[in-house]
Amino acid sequence: MTARIGVVTFPGSLDDRDTQRAIRLAGAEPVALWHKDKDLKQVDAVVLCGGFSYGDYLRAGAIARFSPVMDTIIEQARAGLPVLGICNGFQILTEAHLLPGAMLGNDHLHFICRDQKLRVENADTAWTADYEAGQEIHIPLKNMDGRYVADRYTLDQLEAEGRVAFRYLDFNPNGSLNDIAGITNEAGNVVGLMPHPEHAVEPLIGTGRTDGLPFFTSILKKLVTA
Amino acid sequence: MARVVVDVMLKPEILDPQGQAVQRALPRLGFDGISDVRQGKRFELEVDGPVDDAVLARIRELAESFLANTVIEDFTVRVEDPAEIAEAVK
Repeated sequence: MTARIGVVTFPGSLDDRDTQRAIRLAGAEPVALWHKDKDLKQVDAVVLCGGFSYGDYLRAGAIARFSPVMDTIIEQARAGLPVLGICNGFQILTEAHLLPGAMLGNDHLHFICRDQKLRVENADTAWTADYEAGQEIHIPLKNMDGRYVADRYTLDQLEAEGRVAFRYLDFNPNGSLNDIAGITNEAGNVVGLMPHPEHAVEPLIGTGRTDGLPFFTSILKKLVTA
Repeated sequence: MARVVVDVMLKPEILDPQGQAVQRALPRLGFDGISDVRQGKRFELEVDGPVDDAVLARIRELAESFLANTVIEDFTVRVEDPAEIAEAVK
């Protein structure tokens, strides 16, 4: 038995296949989920992948947040289901208020696509346990709306509770407050980040490194030893 | 038929690079003396039937949960004056 990890496809999702491949490479079984289905097919965890959803009209992730599949995901995430949001998935998680704060357009108003250096700040979540706290990793970043914002009280709370999961190093690519690249909820089962770990799982492509793979091995270990 | 207008603006403390880009273009167009521009969104909702308190309350709920993200945005809801609309289409 291995773990079954769902990957939701919204109209406009780009990275669902890459995410499924990353899950398979880590040794788990990817399960395709559809935005119009409330049913999660009894998966053990869910990834909301990158790309766009419903054209990102209104605000990135704002319409996807009200899709049938999200009704079930929101309910189950609150009950402990592990959920990872990558890029558009992170935007959906903030719109759904499963993670605090919000995402806005990059401060320089341009789309950005680069290899991004990050520091893993929290290696205790369901999705980061295979990293060491303080580890520096390189993962591709590609987005238009990557500026993380939250009010001062929320930022202080995130910092005090160690809930900043990833921070941009050397260069802040989008104006995110406190150089925040990713955060976790209080329980550590819901994690969101802008960079794309699923694009850094094979030496042949991308950065030439496999710095993104531990996301998927972390969750697999957690699920099979649970 | 009546029109309800929902205006959504970024909260004052949130950086608005689009507004800044517009503001910086103004001197080139010969507009001086504009020190700041903030860009927002306007939604025009055409309502079937009369706009009573219950309808307005529903629209406020919609604005708060969907049209605006109150983590970063403020919104206002108002009924557009029918006379105003008539004037505009003349």
